[in-house]
Amino acid sequence: MRLRNAALGAAGLAAFLALGEAVPRLGLVKEEYFPPTSRIARAFADELSDDTFWTALGDTLTGWALGLAIAATAGIVIGVVLSVVPHLREATASTIEFLRPIPSVALIPLAVLLYGSELRSVLLLVVYASFWQVLIQTLYGVQDVDPVADETARSYGLGTWARVRHVLWPTALPYVMTGVRLAAAVALILAITGELVIGAPGLGARIAVAQNSQAVPEMYALIVVTGLLGLLINVGARTVERRALAWHQSVRGEVAV
Amino acid sequence: MKRLVSRLFLVLALPALLVVVWWLASDSSTNVFWPPLRTILDTFPDVWTAERLRDDVLPSIWRLTAGYALAAVVGVAVGTVIGSYRRVRALCEPVLEFLRAIPPPVLIPVIMLFAGIGDTMKVTVIASGCVWPILLNTVEGVRALDPVMVETARSYGISGPSRLRNLVLRSASPQIFAGLRQALSIGIILMVISEMFAASNGIGFTIVQFQRSFAVPDMWTGILVLGLLGFLLSVLFQLVERRALAWYHGRRASTRRSP
Repeated sequence: MRLRNAALGAAGLAAFLALGEAVPRLGLVKEEYFPPTSRIARAFADELSDDTFWTALGDTLTGWALGLAIAATAGIVIGVVLSVVPHLREATASTIEFLRPIPSVALIPLAVLLYGSELRSVLLLVVYASFWQVLIQTLYGVQDVDPVADETARSYGLGTWARVRHVLWPTALPYVMTGVRLAAAVALILAITGELVIGAPGLGARIAVAQNSQAVPEMYALIVVTGLLGLLINVGARTVERRALAWHQSVRGEVAV
Repeated sequence: MKRLVSRLFLVLALPALLVVVWWLASDSSTNVFWPPLRTILDTFPDVWTAERLRDDVLPSIWRLTAGYALAAVVGVAVGTVIGSYRRVRALCEPVLEFLRAIPPPVLIPVIMLFAGIGDTMKVTVIASGCVWPILLNTVEGVRALDPVMVETARSYGISGPSRLRNLVLRSASPQIFAGLRQALSIGIILMVISEMFAASNGIGFTIVQFQRSFAVPDMWTGILVLGLLGFLLSVLFQLVERRALAWYHGRRASTRRSP
């Protein structure tokens, strides 16, 4: 069963690539707009042997990882504090609901003025966007704590810290992991967007350069790279999630991003 | 009454406090990038006149609506088909996963090649970014149909459009709405970015113009407008969702009460 699914998936992928080769070759779209798969593949190979490509990849990953780390730490810490301290959750609810839907790209002009095309500009966007994902999931997770377990811990005389560690954290962890996984995808989008629009060094800036210099196959090759990167991050995040929750019977339905 | 007052206090206290802090902290600010809140609010009515609302905000909202609606129709339709057939799903899954993983804003240069820099480009960009969460969530929702309900519908002879509307789409709708919600924030992002790239009007265009001409208070008002727009759309979405999924939330609440 699984083998057959994998075979079907591979067939689908092959058909997709073949379509990408055939459509421009048959003249259905102009070749200079949509180069055939083989030319994109060649441009891809050229990129891989180019040192500046690897530097750009490194820059993008730095922005992504740093931003995600800051956002995840802040989201978890603030989420737990808001839920543990009485009334803080209610007092902050309206503010969170108001700030969360503000699109992070609204901060692009501000980031440009403050930091120009530096890493910090990208970080500002990445952290703002991915922070909410983690925070909201942490808040949901902490709400899910079983009151009986919490009362039991209290009556056994566990202090606040011990209750956070032994009752609250294990309950919230599955939610937190979902939040971090969503945040990882969002962080990549914002990192590359920041580079594309602001011009901070990285894959996004390289795509902008390829576009401006009419290097269409290179542009497609770089877009494929960002897709593969996104795929790797998704798979990686799922693996981490499964490892971290090996003890947990995760029966909740997952939401695809 | 007392409870209402205390609730109101909880809702309003922190926002009010934050605005006051912002006001006081920035009041004597001479930093060009952080103008006093007073200046920003004074500038606001001068910048966002009726004319500007008509020429910049309306086109933005129109593009967002068109792209989002297109993505919703395509996403739900294709997602339902893919979700209904196990083989088709296995065939498409790797390709869909890859397409979803591409950060949507990088599609702007590609779509610019095909569609130039007009409204078509922007609507296409918004639709092509929004479609993935909707499509994949629809696939998941349709796939997770309750087999008992499927059998019941079959034995009652419910089929065709009625089966689609009353069974398939209905039971997938919580998932579909989750996808729609994610698509909404992606849509706003893409709306702004596509206007920052190449445009002659729109909110994103206006804000970048202000930034380039160092009209910092004007730029701040633009950020506020985007924030308000994002907030309003999310409130609107919640209202629609609550109505459309009333049956679902009701059922969840009742199962939670009875252990």
